[in-house]
Amino acid sequence: MSVSSTSPALNRALLLSPVVLTLLALIAIPLGIMGYISLLPRNTYGGVDWQAQWQLQSYVQLFFQEGFDGELELNWVYAQALLRSVLQAGGTTVLCFLFGFPVALWMSSLTPRRRNLMVLLITIPFWTNLLIRNYAWLIILREHGWVAQSLNALLPSAGGITLLYNDFAVSVGLVYSFLPFMILPIYSTLEKLDWRLVEAAYDLGANRWHALRRIILPLSMPGVIAGALLVFVPSLGAFITPAILGGGKTLMIGNLIQQQFGTARNWPLGSSLSFLLLAILLVSLVLYALYSRRAAKTINRGAKA
Amino acid sequence: MKVKSMRLAMSGLALSCFAAFGAHAAEPKELFFYNWTDYYPVDLLAKFEKETGIKVTMDGYDSNETLLAKLQAGGAAYDVIVPSQSIMQTLIKQDLLMEIDTPSLSNFQYVKGPFRDPSFDPGRKFSAPYLWGTTGFSYDSARVPGGKLDDSWKEFFEPRKELQGQLAALDTSSSVINAASHYLNVDECSENPQDAKRILELLQKQKPFLKMYSSDNTVDRMASGEVIMMQNWNGSTARATLQKSTIKYVYPREGLAMFQDNFAVPKSAPHPGNAKIFIDWMMKPENAAAVSNAIAYANGIQSDQLLDPKWKVMDAINMPDEYASRLRPEKECSNKARELQDRIWSKLKG
Repeated sequence: MSVSSTSPALNRALLLSPVVLTLLALIAIPLGIMGYISLLPRNTYGGVDWQAQWQLQSYVQLFFQEGFDGELELNWVYAQALLRSVLQAGGTTVLCFLFGFPVALWMSSLTPRRRNLMVLLITIPFWTNLLIRNYAWLIILREHGWVAQSLNALLPSAGGITLLYNDFAVSVGLVYSFLPFMILPIYSTLEKLDWRLVEAAYDLGANRWHALRRIILPLSMPGVIAGALLVFVPSLGAFITPAILGGGKTLMIGNLIQQQFGTARNWPLGSSLSFLLLAILLVSLVLYALYSRRAAKTINRGAKA
Repeated sequence: MKVKSMRLAMSGLALSCFAAFGAHAAEPKELFFYNWTDYYPVDLLAKFEKETGIKVTMDGYDSNETLLAKLQAGGAAYDVIVPSQSIMQTLIKQDLLMEIDTPSLSNFQYVKGPFRDPSFDPGRKFSAPYLWGTTGFSYDSARVPGGKLDDSWKEFFEPRKELQGQLAALDTSSSVINAASHYLNVDECSENPQDAKRILELLQKQKPFLKMYSSDNTVDRMASGEVIMMQNWNGSTARATLQKSTIKYVYPREGLAMFQDNFAVPKSAPHPGNAKIFIDWMMKPENAAAVSNAIAYANGIQSDQLLDPKWKVMDAINMPDEYASRLRPEKECSNKARELQDRIWSKLKG
């Protein structure tokens, strides 16, 4: 048997098998199990009844719930938690962009040696566990910490500002945790940016602001979008930061899911909540795909013109 | 030919990455200990390792439900776990525990009478006693008007003006709902939606006055003065009192939950032999006392004479006898009651 006699289709299948198997084992199968669980009735002691008939109860529960007076009522609790999480994640993304873009722009203007040093510095926080970094913020922001003390000393008229256990603290924690995910993709697009285009803009009479808005920002858009996704997706499911820095007074969708698999012992509801979250993430990814297709078309059209 | 076999070998290699490495040796000298966070003195593990040569790896959880979920999900390789009485029956009925026949262990002779044959594990077939305690509330007497609070949950659920915004509740639904049930004098495991409604209303009224819900750092939270009053465990209060002597513990007259924790061995334990050695070792009075002295909870072993005098003087640890009638052992609720509790909690936090 010689090499040429093997069928190309078989070869392709064999070569692709590691990838396909990995995807299957790490994504398709767990998702399948989760979907299956969401369709089963719950067990008395947690877990699910694997032999039972499929039912859609856990999906109905997402929106309707039997009230304490026995009537079926619209249940806003989960929708609210979801909306709150989406807003929180969206806010985090915007803040990360506002802080991250200037940093990335500045980094791309450094000498290559310094750039590498900056990349190293930005990744250093990842060497420490997320939980520990959140607790560090707890210490920084707490009532008797120096930040709150000096703020209150500077602004005595505000009447005792508290920085901890509110949405502000959660935002700080999330932005801090995910900022590198925004900086690095933007930096990598800016690094490859053809600065002659910016010079051309100056030659054609653009001021700095115009050059930034019309040339640099549009050209770095792929990085911005990738960064936005990298920040938005994990902060949507974040539950450690809201629990620690938010004081546990409000539920995020992540906390809710955790609660269903924990105290509530309601795995089907936890699974259906996870699918709801997944659906929202898919929608945002599809929007991204549509955007990048449109962007590609625009560039093509630009090239033809 | 050669190229093809190379290719096959490569894809075979890739496939083998998914195969589990199943081989088991005779029980190595190690033990995986899954315990409540901050519920065991780490130095004692060093002593155990020195005396038995078994190296212990400790991992922590924050609620019985986390433990249950881990065990149910399978694949968790723990040798010794610390379930509370309120979940023992579930674990036994779900066939998650290994029968260890604790009375056959040599140090069982030191176990105190009331802990020898508990209703949640008749004959102690599956478990050995660890620590017990109560969930009441603590306050800093130096920072409350008059220096004293009434021994009632009212102080906690309907706080005085001076304390509003300066108190915290535990972030564990069962603890909060138990306390509210005791205050409203309804069954902790009530299946009546009207009871649930009353509990929710009480908690919703209290929520704006709370600084936070949290079950972490309870010792430090009281000792650092972050809050003036908080729902708390007796042992955690005692440790805070060591750092700040004005902290007091309250046994509310409406009743307070009592928990009893136990050592048990999961059915899936990789080192059941070592687990038994550990459990037997922990029933030795000197070791049980070492735990109580370090983390300030009473144990179920005859070791009272070894208790540190600094704890003996504290009400939180050395409960005055007249409070005994206020203790309500934690119950295991039905699914229906549990569902109501989950709805209370989701609506409260939503």
